[in-house]
This record gives sequence, structure tokens and C-alpha cells, in this order.
Amino acid sequence: MAEFEMLTIQGLGVSFDGFKAVDDLNFIVDRNELRVVIGPNGAGKTTLLDLICGKTKSTSGSIMFKTMDLTQMKEHDIVRAGVGRKFQTPSIYENLSVSENLEVSFPRGRSAFGALFFKRAADVIDRVHKVAEEVMLLEKLDHQAALLSHGQKQWLEIGMLLMQDPELLMLDEPVAGMTVNEREQTAELLNRISKNRSVIVIEHDMEFVRKIAHKVTVLHQGKVIAEGSMDKVTADPRVIEVYLGH
Amino acid sequence: MSHLTKKLGKADLLGVVVLSAVILVLFPSVFGIFRLNLIGKYLTYAFVGVSLVLLWGNGGILSLGQGVFFGLGGYCMAMFLKLEASDPIATKIQTTPGIPDFMDWNQIVKLPLFWLPFKSLTFTIIAILVVPALFAFLIGVAMFKRRVGGVYFAIITQAVALILSVLIVGQQGLTGGINGITDLKTMHGWDIRSDSAKYILYYVNGALLIGCVVFTRWVLSTKFGMLLLALREKEDRVRFSGYDVANFKTLAFCMSAVMCAIGGAMFTLQVGFMSPSFVGITPSIEMVIYTAVGGRMSVVGAVFGTLLVNFAKTFFSEEYPDLWLFLMGATFIAVVLLFPDGLAGLYDRYGKPFVLRRAARAHSKPKATEPNVAVATALESGGKHG
Repeated sequence: MAEFEMLTIQGLGVSFDGFKAVDDLNFIVDRNELRVVIGPNGAGKTTLLDLICGKTKSTSGSIMFKTMDLTQMKEHDIVRAGVGRKFQTPSIYENLSVSENLEVSFPRGRSAFGALFFKRAADVIDRVHKVAEEVMLLEKLDHQAALLSHGQKQWLEIGMLLMQDPELLMLDEPVAGMTVNEREQTAELLNRISKNRSVIVIEHDMEFVRKIAHKVTVLHQGKVIAEGSMDKVTADPRVIEVYLGH
Repeated sequence: MSHLTKKLGKADLLGVVVLSAVILVLFPSVFGIFRLNLIGKYLTYAFVGVSLVLLWGNGGILSLGQGVFFGLGGYCMAMFLKLEASDPIATKIQTTPGIPDFMDWNQIVKLPLFWLPFKSLTFTIIAILVVPALFAFLIGVAMFKRRVGGVYFAIITQAVALILSVLIVGQQGLTGGINGITDLKTMHGWDIRSDSAKYILYYVNGALLIGCVVFTRWVLSTKFGMLLLALREKEDRVRFSGYDVANFKTLAFCMSAVMCAIGGAMFTLQVGFMSPSFVGITPSIEMVIYTAVGGRMSVVGAVFGTLLVNFAKTFFSEEYPDLWLFLMGATFIAVVLLFPDGLAGLYDRYGKPFVLRRAARAHSKPKATEPNVAVATALESGGKHG
């Protein structure tokens, strides 16, 4: 492997009023890898994503995305560098249509004046269609986003991220609140989109994790306590004790 | 569905046509010059109403200090007109002839430096557009880059309005103080107090207002407009889609400031004076009420809302001089509680379905079946907000 890793986190820490939500964390994600992060509530999973995308500023350590240190960058610059992040509750623009939601996420016309003179060119429409098809919303393109089901909203947000074609995609509990059928489809979707990018997924549903994970990282009290294949991790006595056992 | 959106776009365009007809044809043919001049004054407030549709209705940024920008535009224009009205011959009885009368009363013997460029009409017109934009830019950068928003932003804009009005009142020698800048007479020798001038100014004002309405509708139809709506709902989602949110808010704030300033300048021209009573907290909040009554999402609605509230205000204050402020407040509360989308919301619910039905019948049904292009046309018909 001559190339640098997609994401290298070293000695990362953040404390809120003395409480260490993430503590001396080391974490590496390869290219084209789908990594799942699991752990009990309060383990620091969402905080980890917040730190990577710049929503929360770290107090120590570094987050190298390829060759860039994300801890020194602004949120929108991190996104433009190629890091996309989906929030835990579906974060879509309910007042806009599905196609508008996707179009607004297209990575052109990102400056204020650029947006004013942004043209809905053929390549934009094309991309909206491709992504809509990918996230199974082609038939819903001109529906108002508020009218989508919960699962479809989750897909739409994933679609909005795909519009930007990020190299690193982070999904916070993408199947929460989904039906069994929708979980199935989401697992297939994630397997498809992780073909040419790295993906980090936070998830509680172990059955779902088994379907998608290349590797699993277990967090506990802001630290990595186990990492490896699903079988290896679920057999680890410490993981059983803090997470699986109860 | 796409058929419907197309129709909706047409119905909204209809609003602009109706508005233009009302302002440019109906009012001048029904009212005499006195009433028309009064309506012209109300229409200058409508610039602020339109600016708030952009900023507050769509962007979710509530500014309670739009009077600041209205005042800046108005004062720029008033300074030019005052200098022209203060030529040495007209002011020869003063201790220092050639300076505005209020300066003379305040023992000022030389025109202050910042007044000097306002001898030029070209500079004045540029200043009307640039000064408020620059001021809004400074406030915008200072607030939005620090992520000050919502209620805090509203309070700070209110504080700015208070500070500016106090400053104007306090610096009587430089600004005319509480009385404002009065006794404005001519613009490049053209008597703005004559009936013919009032007619012309009314039409210029109306045309500029319609221009602002069309401009705002265009802005809202672009990706910028969609992002404003998106920002109002999910600011974090926009930020984490790669947009520098502060820049978008700042630009929207600057645009709204310039519109207010044009209104202010036209106010000065039509009414013949400018005073701090249009800068402070009360006028700024009143202007928000116009927009709320008209419908904060509708550009055309904001204009009608402004007219309605001002007609009501004139009526109430003539009929019930002691009660009118309470009646105004009650109107506002009633609108917010009963019709949160204002007049435009009422029209959307009851008027538009009727118009659409009529339009559908008139157009019969030549191309009712177009299932495959439905998606493409939906994508292309972006301009349906307004």
C-alpha cells in the first residue's frame, strides 16, 4: 500500500466541561472500506462523527483525511474536501421537492453569488436522476419531501450526500426507524455505494451490521476497546461485557 | 403534478400583473393627487415589506431593524435635497448662508465634511444603494460569521435601530435632530412639491417597487432562493453540504437593505422630509407587521399587506385617535393566530383553487397526457415559490 489511508485519527480527544467524550482515540479507515462503529449509549460514536466533520472542535489529537488535517478546517471546507455526513434524524428540507433537495446538494454554485447564477444544466438533471434511482426515489422526484415515509427520508438524505460524490461518507444510524424490508434495501444500497468510497456507519442493529460491515470498531467511554471482523469482535469478552452481554 | 406546478407558476405571475395594474392604473384613475401621494407614501413602506419576505419569510432571518436601512436611504436623499434647498440666496438671512438652516441654528459655521459629496446627485444615488449595503454587510459579517441568529439577531438589529435613531436625534447640528431634515424643495431645479412632480414620482416609485418585486421573485426562484428556504429549515444540513452559511445570510441581508433604502429615498422625495421617527424601533416593528399581514412568504402579498395595514391605520387613527394603536396590535395578533400565512395564505387557500379551475377550463385539455416528461418538467419548473 503505497498510498496514504483515507482517514487516520491519532490521539483524538475532546472534553465537555471535564467530561472526556472521546479520549486518546486512534482509528484508521482504508479506501473503499465500510466500517461500522458500535458501542453502548454515550460511548462517543456521534461525537466521533461530529469531530470528523468539524461540528465539534477537538481538544487534542489529529484527524488526517488523506493529507489534510480536518481539525484545522472549517465545516464547509471539510465537505468540499470530500467528507459527507448524514445526521441521526433525517435532515432534509421538508418544504422542497425531492428533486430540489437533491439539486440543492449538487456541488456547483456553492458561493452565494454562484448560487444566484446557478443554471439547472443537463448534467445536473442527469445527476439528480442517477442519484434518485440509486436511492430508490425516482418515482418520487416531484413529491414534496415532507410527504415521504421515514425510511424514504433517510434515503433522500443519503442521496443528497451522494450528489456530492464524497470520498468519505459518514452515516449516523441510517436504518433507525426503518421497516425490515427497508433495512434490507438500505443494506444493499450501502453495499453498492461503498464500492468506490469509504463509509463509516454508526449502528445498533447487529443483524444489519453483520450484513454490511467489512470491519467493526467498538467504542466504550470514548475509547476503542475492540476492532476487527464481526466474528472476532462479537467473541471479544470485553465487548460482551460492556455492550452485547446485557 | 407537473401540470399543476406550471399552473401555479402562472397564477403567481398573475399576482405581479394584478399588482402592477392596481398600482399603475387603478389607483391613479380612482384617486386624486392628495390620496395618490398618500398611497405613494404607503408604497415606499412596501419596499421594506418585500425585503422582509426575502429575509424573514424565506430566509428565516427576522430583522427588527429594517427602519435603519429605510432611514439611511431616506437620509441620503434628504441630504442632497437639503443642500439644494440651502443655496446662499435662499438662506441669506442666516448667520452663515449656504448651509442647511438647522446647522445655522446650532451654531455650525461650515458644512461638515461628510455632507460635501451629497452636493452631487450621482454620488447621492450611488450612496443610497451602497451605504445601506455596506452597513448590512458589516452587521451581517459580524453576526452571521459568529453564528448569531434567531432571536439574538432580531434583538441586535433592534438595538442598532435604537442606537442610530438616538444618534440622529443627539447630533442635531449634523442631522437635523428629532425634527429630521425638512423643507425640501427641488431636485436639480425640478420642484418636487408640484402636483405634476408628485404624479411622476408616484409612477417612478410604483415602477421601482414592481422592479423589486420581480427581482425578489427571481432571487427566490434561483438556487440561492432554494438554499434560503433550506437554511430556514435545516441550517446544519446546508452547512454540512459544503455551503458557507454566513455568506448566504449576509448577501440576503444586503439585498434586503438596498430595497429598504430605495423605499426610504422615494419616501423622502414624495413626502418631502425625513426624520428619525422612521429609523427607530417602532417603525421597524411596524414594517414587520405589514409583512406578517400580507403573508411572509409572498412578495405580492407583502405589498397588499402594507397597503391594507396603512389604510386601516389611517382609518383607525382618524376614527378612534385614542384606540388606534391597540386596534393595530389586535389586528396583528389576530392575523398571527388566525391566518399565519397572511393575506397570501388566504388567497392560496380560497382564491387560487378558484383561479386554477377557471384557467383549467379556459385551456381545456390539449396536452393532458405527458407521463414520461413529467419528471423533467418538474425539474425545470423551479420558479414556483413566491
